[in-house]
Amino acid sequence: MTLVGAATPILLAALGELVVEKSGVLNLGLEGMMLIGAVTAFGVTFTTGSASLGLVAAMAAGAAASMIFAFLTLTLTANQVATGLALTIFGIGLSSLIGQNFVGRTVSGLEHIFPAALADDPIGRVVFGYSPLVYLSLVMTAFVAWFLTRSRAGLILRAIGESDEAAHSIGYSVIRVRYLAVAFGGAMAGLGGAYYSLVMTPMWADRLTAGRGWIALALVVFASWRPLRLLGGAYLFGAVMTLELHAKAAGINIVPPEFLAMLPYLATIVVLTLISIAPSGRRNAAPACLGKPFRATG
Amino acid sequence: MNRRQILVGSAATLALPALIGRAAAQDGPLNVGFVYVGPIGDYGWSHAHDEARKKAQEHFGDKIKTNYVENVAEGPDAERVIRQLAQQGNKLIFTTSFGFMNSTIKVAKQFPDVHFEHATGYKTADNVGIYNARFYEGRAVIGTIAGMMSKSGKAGYVGSVPIPEVVRGINAFTLAAQKVNPDFTTQVVWVNSWYDPAKEADAAKALIDQGCDIISQHTDSPAPLQAAEQRGVYAFGQASNMIDFAPKAHLTAITDNWGPYYIDQIQKQLDGEWEPGNIWWGIEKGLVGIAPYNDIMPADVKEAADKVKNGIASGEIHPFSGPITDQSGEVKVPEGDTIPDEQLLGLDWYVKGVQS
Repeated sequence: MTLVGAATPILLAALGELVVEKSGVLNLGLEGMMLIGAVTAFGVTFTTGSASLGLVAAMAAGAAASMIFAFLTLTLTANQVATGLALTIFGIGLSSLIGQNFVGRTVSGLEHIFPAALADDPIGRVVFGYSPLVYLSLVMTAFVAWFLTRSRAGLILRAIGESDEAAHSIGYSVIRVRYLAVAFGGAMAGLGGAYYSLVMTPMWADRLTAGRGWIALALVVFASWRPLRLLGGAYLFGAVMTLELHAKAAGINIVPPEFLAMLPYLATIVVLTLISIAPSGRRNAAPACLGKPFRATG
Repeated sequence: MNRRQILVGSAATLALPALIGRAAAQDGPLNVGFVYVGPIGDYGWSHAHDEARKKAQEHFGDKIKTNYVENVAEGPDAERVIRQLAQQGNKLIFTTSFGFMNSTIKVAKQFPDVHFEHATGYKTADNVGIYNARFYEGRAVIGTIAGMMSKSGKAGYVGSVPIPEVVRGINAFTLAAQKVNPDFTTQVVWVNSWYDPAKEADAAKALIDQGCDIISQHTDSPAPLQAAEQRGVYAFGQASNMIDFAPKAHLTAITDNWGPYYIDQIQKQLDGEWEPGNIWWGIEKGLVGIAPYNDIMPADVKEAADKVKNGIASGEIHPFSGPITDQSGEVKVPEGDTIPDEQLLGLDWYVKGVQS
């Protein structure tokens, strides 16, 4: 149960980032957008009493924050790495400013979608007992996988990520597609943040996501930009993050906890190493235009 | 929302220059600085210090001006923040985390005219006093409650970092619980952080999955309490009364009441009588408090808890009185003895029944 809880928010945020990166943009502002989503979800739920409204608002807020990034990097061609980092710092500050009035408050959080008889049953809850966001994250994984490989729009998006000049020369609007991708990434990060403030710990606390946006970023690389591998990776990261706690709770002390806490990052390094020594076909998993600014010419 | 709140709300580093600009006036009120390790909105440690700062400000009115910087990382950042507070006219500076100790000592050498008060440390100087609270006394009270309220006889303890302060708390909690239930055990999970709500919640859930039916915590967010509320087990608040976060799970909380100490020290500074002290107050002086009991607690449990609380206040009960055996079964403290303060301050072993 805790494994799924740890995996879901990073899966949601990473799915959005995967689409962003597939379009050739690197947005390091995940942590900031997640925090903005988290505080918005809490604030709207607290004020209106409706968690569904909170979720929608979190997605809108995440997307809005990502538009600042998009304007700076896509329209003004600012450096993507620096702008993304600035977005994270901005998100930390803004969420703590907005959150001042919510400190010490609680909300009832998201309702289960399945009947209580199923969700509370000791066996039933393994399948039915999760937050609606868990099921949504699985649906979104399938959708992103389908979108990128089977839909026309997805193919255009990937083409732009691989060669923006070529896509531009045959008439696709590189900037417009990238704007849409960044907005989607922002909305998904906002949703991932909302998971913390509405499901995991239904309260507002400063820096509630505690750096998990960075794990979501690492996850995209870990999955070598493939949605289904991302799903597996998120659950693996979730398992590693909670295994540490479960091992200690069960009184098992075989490996030092610090080592287990390091594992998600170690795994990322190992995978990066494997990718870089793999045959050249697999080696260049990253979209070719990732992080490069595009300026329309001709 | 004024300008300072906005700036303090953003990153501490950005907040500092503006904050300091306002503290610079010389002939006005006495400037008193506070350095917090967490956000004041943590509802735990830093929140409690800030509540005390507000009480002091209220008490002295225009005579003092308090300035604070929150979310200061232990290490080089802390040194920079403390030095800037000193440079900009704060005459008395409270640094409120164990990890600020070396930074405080270092800056104090450069500012002999400024007085420093460091919480929970052990290094003093001519212009550095130290203050601490005997939280373990409060933990003996909640341990008593845990021993009586737990059906499985197994408590989960969400630990932050294994320093003596935390080890002391775990031991006091377990020893008190064993007085009412000799087979009582405490399972510890470390999250290696003072403040990470999501991880604290996961740690509490992992403990509940392992059969712990009462959760105690030595981390700063109410997240473990919320996890306990969701799963229908009992838990205790930390540093502040956290009943609003978990109305059914929250039995009581250990509360930190730094206000009287801050008022006392600021008064001495105003009178020109401040000198470096070394205090370790507990329940007796009101520095450590117990939040109101939850109504779901049976009368006999409330009575037993009160008895321990009052016994500690009067000196009749010492949470670390023998016989005490360690994890390996060796008798560390014979009957009739108690662990002296200097050994308590460096406590690094667990009593029998602690699983860590």
